Amino acid sequence: MRRSLKVGTAAAALIGLFVLAGCTTDPGVTAPSESASDPGAGSTNEWFDQKVYDKQFAERTVVPAGPEDEVYLQHINAEMVDTSAYASAGAKKACFANASISNPWRQTGWITMNQQLKVLQESGAISTMETRDAQDSDDTQIADIDYFINEGNCDVFLISPNSTAAMTPAVERACATDKPVIVFDRGVETDCQVTFIHPIGGFAWGIDTAEFLIDNLKKGDKVVGLRILPGVDVLEQRWAGAEKLFAEAGIEAVDYFTGADPAKIKSIISDELAKGDVQGIWMDAGDGAVAAIEAFEDAGADYPVMTGEDEMSFLRKWKATGLTGLAPVYSNFQWRTPLLAAAMIFKGEEVPKEWVLPQNPINAEELDRYLTENEGMPDGHYAKFGGENLPGYPEVWQKRLIP
Amino acid sequence: MKNTLRTLVSPRGAVFLLLAILLVAIIILNPAFAEPGQFMRFLQRVAPVAIIAIGQYFVIVAGEFDLSQGSLITAQVVIAGNLVGQDDSRTIPVMLLMFVFGAVIGLINGLITTLLKVPSFIVTLGMMLALLGGILWWTGGAATGNPADSFRNIGRGGLRDVPLLDFVPWSVLVLAGWLALAIWITKRPLGKQMIAVGDNPVAARFAGVRTWWVTTQSFIISSLSATVAGILLVGYAGVHPSVGRGYEFIAITAVVLGGVVLGGGRGWVVAAVAGAFVLEALFLLLNIAGVPSTLRNSVQGVIIIAAVAYAGVSFRARRARPRAAASPQASPDPGKEPEPPVAPAQSDSHVLRGEGSNANQGG
Repeated sequence: MRRSLKVGTAAAALIGLFVLAGCTTDPGVTAPSESASDPGAGSTNEWFDQKVYDKQFAERTVVPAGPEDEVYLQHINAEMVDTSAYASAGAKKACFANASISNPWRQTGWITMNQQLKVLQESGAISTMETRDAQDSDDTQIADIDYFINEGNCDVFLISPNSTAAMTPAVERACATDKPVIVFDRGVETDCQVTFIHPIGGFAWGIDTAEFLIDNLKKGDKVVGLRILPGVDVLEQRWAGAEKLFAEAGIEAVDYFTGADPAKIKSIISDELAKGDVQGIWMDAGDGAVAAIEAFEDAGADYPVMTGEDEMSFLRKWKATGLTGLAPVYSNFQWRTPLLAAAMIFKGEEVPKEWVLPQNPINAEELDRYLTENEGMPDGHYAKFGGENLPGYPEVWQKRLIP
Repeated sequence: MKNTLRTLVSPRGAVFLLLAILLVAIIILNPAFAEPGQFMRFLQRVAPVAIIAIGQYFVIVAGEFDLSQGSLITAQVVIAGNLVGQDDSRTIPVMLLMFVFGAVIGLINGLITTLLKVPSFIVTLGMMLALLGGILWWTGGAATGNPADSFRNIGRGGLRDVPLLDFVPWSVLVLAGWLALAIWITKRPLGKQMIAVGDNPVAARFAGVRTWWVTTQSFIISSLSATVAGILLVGYAGVHPSVGRGYEFIAITAVVLGGVVLGGGRGWVVAAVAGAFVLEALFLLLNIAGVPSTLRNSVQGVIIIAAVAYAGVSFRARRARPRAAASPQASPDPGKEPEPPVAPAQSDSHVLRGEGSNANQGG
């Protein structure tokens, strides 16, 4: 008696779950039509920030100031700050608190940064750089920064924050040492640093990609958004910006988190193609783009209009298939700028308070040029890595020698 | 008829029942999946997961864990990408090298676990980190590129224009072969010894089983399974340092869903494969149902827990009945039950008692 009761309960719970899963499908199915009728629906995304969106929208078309042939020294709408207080002769020790080198984009940048270091060591600006890798952990990075403050004997702090809010107090402690602090890539909620270096940002990515897809698709077409993971502001802003524009243009957009795992990406696209036609693919990072394209090949479907990234695997597949594509760029050359900024600060030269680097997508006309320039680079290399004039080019990047 | 029904509600059949429910739900939501071509593509996708579940089955049934499967897949994928390159003639030699490499990893896992008496959880966790670190060091975190198409064809291609079935992927044939091999092993003395070792290593040793070698062989089978899965994934997904990530836990979940007891001594390899099918069917169902991306993992997790809990509850309930009829000591023949869970090695009362307590852990 009790047995059948227990079994019955478990079975009922299981069936209930399926009913529940069935119910959850309904909002998912109706959502696109709702947002299509209400253009403002995209702004319900909690990551959407109209002010930042507008700022980045405008920055995309600004002609950057700075040396024309050194893109990593250019800046957009900069407010320059005086650094003469930090001016001092001799080779300085840099201390670098790095969030991680856990993805190909960060690895490529890290290789470039080390080659830049060699140049500055040669010229006598920097003596050594001590680096601590936080391996994607806030706690570790806070400890790393405190170690640098107390025992690092540092002349300048370079910080690539793991997350925005958690790292703010540690950055403020570094500022309190009265030594220059340079923050790059992800930001912090303080302006105590001398300069904050970053490309235009996630919304600009979202705008560039969404506008491209909207131009090449028609109302009612479907775009599948492939996203790496939730909760990281630079990635969330890419989707928040794109989602808003898709909703306004009447493009149906669904998103998935893939962890950049190509097997998962391929399965997701195959399922979407089995459900119905997919006209566009949007990615918040190009890692795994090839698997998405191959899913179309294997299903015998027409190639989609697609935005990937300036990762070589996507550029090569784009060329080989001839699809209608765009490679948005999250300027990898920004990894050169912090050390160069440090050298400028010790010379007492002006630097931008917020150093916004250019962020231009690679379009179809430029594709061949970037493929030729990066011939022999591995698939995980980023075309706009900006290290062509550094020692060791191209072998160091081809062999991917991570220090 | 009544018997079939009872089998489905039994723990051994629960996973098949769940699979049937999922497939029906999928077809109701999207009838296109009932087409043979689509179904074959589903099988193609399940094949690598099912194959590592087979490998994990042998390790778990022998009372151990293999956490190094996923990273071994990653290593094999990268080896294929870097060593084959665009040279078709290297396909066969590199594949042989991969099997040797897989066997060596399994041998190391097995020997450290059995001879040095380090818990397999730690040994294989260490192996996982060692392999991942080795890959990062070798590749600098980025794959050089995909290998020649002749290599990728195994996981990507298949027989086209087959009557009735439309498309038969090679991976489905590989899965069928690997499963047949696995079933054959479970029927051999080796398979029975693995269950005996997992159930009660002391008793197995007294019975004359070379327990260290039996356990080591289970690790070798697991690593070879990961190698086969890796070969298929090179074709299906391509070469990327994230291919294989998390597969060890998918395999363990599949095996547990298939009613195999963690801690060893009870289980059926076919049910473990069915567990892998359930996991992929669940993923497919969530995809076609359009569950919001943020909710997806939670729904998946809850269904998996409910399914395992269901199997556990119904299993305990079933055990309670024969025990009420006769005390375990006096009932040396559990074979009288309608469906004995993997019959061999369980025909003495020590085993029976061990099994009861294991079932509690499993539930």
